[in-house]
Amino acid sequence: MQILTGRRALGAVVVLTSAALLTACSAGSSSGEAPGEGRTDAVVGLTGEPTNLDFTTTSGSAIPQLLMNNVYEGLVTIDQEGEVQPQLAESWEINGDRTVYTFTLHDGVTFSDGSAFTADDVVSSIGRVQDDWTLSLKAKMDVVESVEAVSDTEVAVTLAHPSNAWLFDMGTSVGAMFPDDLSVDLATEAVGTGPYTVEEVATGEHVTLAARDDYWGEAPALTEVTVRYFADANAQANAVRAGDVDMAYNMQAPDLISGLEQDEDLQVIDGTSTGEVLLSLNNARPPFDDLNVRRAVMYAIDRQAVLDTAWAGHGQLIGSMVPPTDPYYQDLTDSYPYDPDRARELLAEAGAENLSITFDVPTRPYAEAVAQVVVSQLKDVGIDAKIVPAEFPAVWLDKVFTEHDYEMSVILHTEARDMLTIFGDPDYYIGYDNPRLAQVAEQADEGSPDQYVAGMQEVARMIVDDAASDPLFLFPNTVVADAALAGIAANATTESMDLTGLRWSDS
Amino acid sequence: MARHLASHVAQLAATLLVATAAIFLLLRVLPGDPAVVALGIEASPEALAAWRAEHGTDGPLVAQYLHWVGGLLTGDLGTSYVTSQELTPLVADRVQVTGILVLLGMLIALVVAVPLGTLAAVWHRNAGGVTLSAVSQVGVAVPNFLVGVLLVSLFAVRLGWLPSGGWTAPVDGLGEFWRHVLLPAVALGSVQAAIITRYVRSAVLEIMREDFLRTARAKGLTFTGALVRHGLRNAGVPIVTVVGVQIASMLIGAVVIERVFAVPGLGSLLLDSVGNRDLLAVQSVVAVLVVLVVLLNFLVDLAYTLLDPRLRRAA
Repeated sequence: MQILTGRRALGAVVVLTSAALLTACSAGSSSGEAPGEGRTDAVVGLTGEPTNLDFTTTSGSAIPQLLMNNVYEGLVTIDQEGEVQPQLAESWEINGDRTVYTFTLHDGVTFSDGSAFTADDVVSSIGRVQDDWTLSLKAKMDVVESVEAVSDTEVAVTLAHPSNAWLFDMGTSVGAMFPDDLSVDLATEAVGTGPYTVEEVATGEHVTLAARDDYWGEAPALTEVTVRYFADANAQANAVRAGDVDMAYNMQAPDLISGLEQDEDLQVIDGTSTGEVLLSLNNARPPFDDLNVRRAVMYAIDRQAVLDTAWAGHGQLIGSMVPPTDPYYQDLTDSYPYDPDRARELLAEAGAENLSITFDVPTRPYAEAVAQVVVSQLKDVGIDAKIVPAEFPAVWLDKVFTEHDYEMSVILHTEARDMLTIFGDPDYYIGYDNPRLAQVAEQADEGSPDQYVAGMQEVARMIVDDAASDPLFLFPNTVVADAALAGIAANATTESMDLTGLRWSDS
Repeated sequence: MARHLASHVAQLAATLLVATAAIFLLLRVLPGDPAVVALGIEASPEALAAWRAEHGTDGPLVAQYLHWVGGLLTGDLGTSYVTSQELTPLVADRVQVTGILVLLGMLIALVVAVPLGTLAAVWHRNAGGVTLSAVSQVGVAVPNFLVGVLLVSLFAVRLGWLPSGGWTAPVDGLGEFWRHVLLPAVALGSVQAAIITRYVRSAVLEIMREDFLRTARAKGLTFTGALVRHGLRNAGVPIVTVVGVQIASMLIGAVVIERVFAVPGLGSLLLDSVGNRDLLAVQSVVAVLVVLVVLLNFLVDLAYTLLDPRLRRAA
């Protein structure tokens, strides 16, 4: 069959097709669908997908981030300012020596499987943390001596000694309430008292949450929230720019944010978080077993420059391992002002001029960005840091975290109130050993709320004085959302991403 | 034909044996304890030990290998270390996604490359041909993730015509399927189009010098007619060879494109699994890729004999 009559005709077809395609590309405008008009659903974009739904045996923040407050609830919850607020308990009383907490529970609360939430469920949930949880997080319930159901809606928790930290912890994932007779596989099914249930899990794609119609509290405005997971921050940013997701939570592409801020259809919120980017120094081996060398590092680093260069200024200098939302926060940012001369002096005192070290950098965008700046600043004072990439999580966990086989590293510590976890245990990968710290921390925990604040502030100062490691900055919880989306809980005061307040402002 | 098939089956078996043993050993050398990665930094030593016992990662290597290969033969890939999902349905699902993406990408590449390459050959002496040749040369050098990023910023972000990523299976709605598959398939296909254009050009140039083309024109066919009826068919053998090789490389190239477009395919699964030290999943994906590539070679062989009767006797 002869379709074309010559070389020219063949060429003409190709040229015309290309021209048509090009015209099509340059014409057209962005689709102007009315944002949020009458919508009762939303799509949220995240990086870091949960591997299953069971945070009682699987660690990492991805699972509680998705489920706490949305699907699971606790007796108390932590609000946007970091304060403890009632949730399943409408009130509580504390006895004179502050060892017995008597909680009064809300009436008429049901789990998503239809069973009623009563004091017995509180007893079994706390017991399960102590007996069945396999994570070291379970240690947060060690202080509980006994739990007793006084009536269906009253439960008394007796602590072995007074503890200021315990009630806060009850607002995190260890305080999640499960049904007493738990017969489902928590890895694939979530049974909580929260306003949403897990409707669908599409591995590698999304998790869909659907609002319950029998929720005990005020029903959320959105009946369906789809949480889509992206492999990297760029794909997440593109999705929010293209309007495929309504809200990108915990955005990790700061260089793209300034472009997004120009967009009138979007809002950019820098929320706080509990994540400190820590320049970890191995206190247990040379050269950082020498206080002067550690202090030299503190003076050598211009933290504001690190924040500006590595994370486009999004975030906050903290000067210690305590975020501003914690009750015992104090401003320690001036403890080690940027002073390269002082750093060189200290290195000379320590006899550590022309120091060569290795710097194990986990393969994460923030770490790689931070490492470049840190290396150049250290070079300035005569420390030659050689970057060794450590694949995260596998290699970093193995080499740095488990084997303590490193000199310097940088890592984001995300857990809330983790100062004592990181610096209170000499066997932790930092290797910071200060016997007085444990003593002060214990007294603080058992003291009055005022003594707690004073004691924890002293602990934070001890760690800073000893230059145990360098908290570079507080990681921002950057949220980029459709301008019409309201009720965004941008402050990540615990691991939870609270979606329950979301609503469309014009609906 | 039967003997041909038998030799291919033997080849598949040998390739699989070598490939599975190699990937199994390589993964065991990789630093990082799967138990620690699966359970995380908060796991207690007892929990780690229990995990290793449950997943058999504390047993002798030979036993682990035989157990896995035994499962492979019966089509049971085992259970993911990390998500506790059955791997067989998961991998089957992902193969479909990547398969669709790669085949569609190749289709787009061929639709563009065969006419363009032919033109470049026919016009090889004038400006049009030189331009086509140069453009395809540049196209070969462009990494496909860059094409992906550019397509997203134009069609998804600026124009808002198509979604920036994600996936809808054809059974869940054809319209949505096309909207999602178009950009990644074009991104994957465009670079291939450039590569294949160059092969088509040189193959057509080759046959333009052949006697049979002159004979066909002498018999009264127009130039285009002779080229389409006799020329392309003869150029087919080298083109099919390169298509086979390129599909194999696209299976790997899809890893990057799936990342850019958040497509849940084989590549995403492979990358996530390596990161999570989900060794069984990595092994399974690689084994499946090996099978696919060997099958592909078989199909290419088959295509030769269909295109060129002379090769049938040789086989």
